[in-house]
Amino acid sequence: MAFPMDSLLVCVVLIDLALLAMSRLVTLVRIAALQGVLISALALYVGGANPASILTATASLVLKGIVFPFMLMRAMREASINREVEPYIGLNLSIVIGLALLALSLWLGSKLPLPVPVAATLIVPVALFTILAGLFLIVGRLKALTQIVGYLVLENGIYTFGLAISHQSPWIVELGILLDVFVAVFIMGVMTYQINREFDHIDTNQLTDLKD
Amino acid sequence: MIILALLTIPFAAAGASILIKPDRARRILVIGTAAVHLAMVAGLWVHPVPADPTAWLAVDPLGLMFLSITSLLFFCSALYSVFYLKRVAENPQYESSEDDVLFGHRLEARFSAWLCLFLGSMSLVCLCRNFGLLWVAIEATTLFTAPLIFFKRNRHSLEATWKYLVLCSVGIALALLGNFFMTIAAVVSPEQTVSLFLPDLIQGAPSMHRVWLKAAFLLFFVGYGTKIGLAPLHNWLPDAHTEAPSLVSALLSGALCNCSFLALMRVQQIMVAAGLSGFTEDVYLVIGLLSMAVAAVFILGQGNYKRMLAYSTVEHMGIAAFGIGVGGSAIFGSMLQVVNSAVVKSMLFLVAGNILAAYRTKTEDGVRGMLQVMPVSAGLWIAGLFAITGAPPFGVFFGKWVILAETFASGRFVAAVLFLFFLAVIFIGMSKTMLEMGLGASQREKMTENPLSLAPPLILALISLVLGLVVPPAVSDLLHQAARLLGGG
Repeated sequence: MAFPMDSLLVCVVLIDLALLAMSRLVTLVRIAALQGVLISALALYVGGANPASILTATASLVLKGIVFPFMLMRAMREASINREVEPYIGLNLSIVIGLALLALSLWLGSKLPLPVPVAATLIVPVALFTILAGLFLIVGRLKALTQIVGYLVLENGIYTFGLAISHQSPWIVELGILLDVFVAVFIMGVMTYQINREFDHIDTNQLTDLKD
Repeated sequence: MIILALLTIPFAAAGASILIKPDRARRILVIGTAAVHLAMVAGLWVHPVPADPTAWLAVDPLGLMFLSITSLLFFCSALYSVFYLKRVAENPQYESSEDDVLFGHRLEARFSAWLCLFLGSMSLVCLCRNFGLLWVAIEATTLFTAPLIFFKRNRHSLEATWKYLVLCSVGIALALLGNFFMTIAAVVSPEQTVSLFLPDLIQGAPSMHRVWLKAAFLLFFVGYGTKIGLAPLHNWLPDAHTEAPSLVSALLSGALCNCSFLALMRVQQIMVAAGLSGFTEDVYLVIGLLSMAVAAVFILGQGNYKRMLAYSTVEHMGIAAFGIGVGGSAIFGSMLQVVNSAVVKSMLFLVAGNILAAYRTKTEDGVRGMLQVMPVSAGLWIAGLFAITGAPPFGVFFGKWVILAETFASGRFVAAVLFLFFLAVIFIGMSKTMLEMGLGASQREKMTENPLSLAPPLILALISLVLGLVVPPAVSDLLHQAARLLGGG
């Protein structure tokens, strides 16, 4: 039973590492979308075939797999953003840090035993690693767009963590969370466009006028 | 019924203000919404609605306290918005361009709509009883305020908005993780579903898993703490408060930060019920003092008066957190502090809006001789200085006094001395800047001040004075009840 679950979780980890190594913006957005699809599939797998689970998994699939990549691609096209990721922390170093974060997550996962049996023991370390990878993308990359992708990856990680306890939280709240994420990405996308118009590019290191 | 109306009316008004074409009608609509909201909240004071234990929405003393602050401040800001929007409409600099997606054409309609949405989401924060829904509502307040902060649409407001969005969204994402940790902490058996309803959680708190609950608390503290503006995660706050229109800054400082504080207090209710208040006290004490220290450092010699007020917000949220950390009767002091500083700080931001409109600069050395140029605003500004730094007879004084007395009584002498020291530094920093602005000589002519720009801060100043002279028994009772929910007296 655990086999497809574990394979999916391993794929999520590989995608996290790939996100850290990516140099092309388009690919970054695409594989983040792929991760969203995988996690929606996981949600369906864990939740089983009941209406609430199908509803939230579908909503998550549509948003993360179709709507978000579409919005981000559109923001990229309209702002005619340069196609490179422009890392703040180099790509090779990013991967090394990524592996260290993975080790940290596995260690933390072993230190935080869940009080209930879950579908797969890997779920907690994988979720933690995805959260950390998302945070790393937010602080380690220059472009506003990469920060949005980082936020999405962070959210994916938290969502994965939620799967461990999915039968304990009501579906209406999950929909609310998805809606908030949707609006957040929408507003951030619009902001990206504005930043580009104002500064001719979307490097957030230009946003340093305000200080004491 | 009335609870549902408190939510639906602002949301309906938001929709209507997009549709209404004439500016005048829309302004009346926004003020009307604020007035109806305020009247309904007053109704809740007179006829309390008994809480249905299974309802998603209910009023308890803590919620009613924060709801009242929100509603009052929104009403004053709505009044002030008429003055502000008229001025914007006359200023061609703010002409909207077609390719602006958030505000596009009809800038003002969207501004009013976001304002009403903001009110609705804050009311939801105050009324909801479910931790999941609480999270959704808090995140919604972030999203609805982002376009308001971006209203001036220049480089600086863009930078402030981006920082605000990224920091607060990440913070709130961590609070979501806190929700999941809390769920795990509350799991008793695999088959049983965990309800995230506040009364259920409080009831089950004593038997929760300690490690997970502590971890959940820390995540909540970081997450909601970011939005409250507690150091070291306060970085968004000075930028957003400085770049937003002053009436929005008033709402951010008085209502938004406090709503996030309420969310953290909901978590605290569970921690108290679980018997972990000893663990949380240390966190609150340290972070509270750190916030005051950061505020003191940046207020001293601060050249930008709106920024100075923003750091003063960091200070006051720090004081409130400090009071929670001290415990006992200091929790009541924290409640007093929250109410009074919200009122005074919002008033000061509105006056700052008047100053900005008259002098057209945010730097303090560009503003001199306010007493000659704009005597009423200057009077309010200087009264506000004494009120906010905790001079009697204003209400802020009593909050600080109660907290300080309890800190000494509980034997925390080092903390008490540090507390006093930071207060003194901040008093010196703020009074130097604000008195220089008020006094001094100016070449400017005396100007006529618009009554619309004076009435809202005047109302708030009077409320602060009344709360300091005679705390009405109803208010005092409510604050005591709220403090008791948090394990205080």
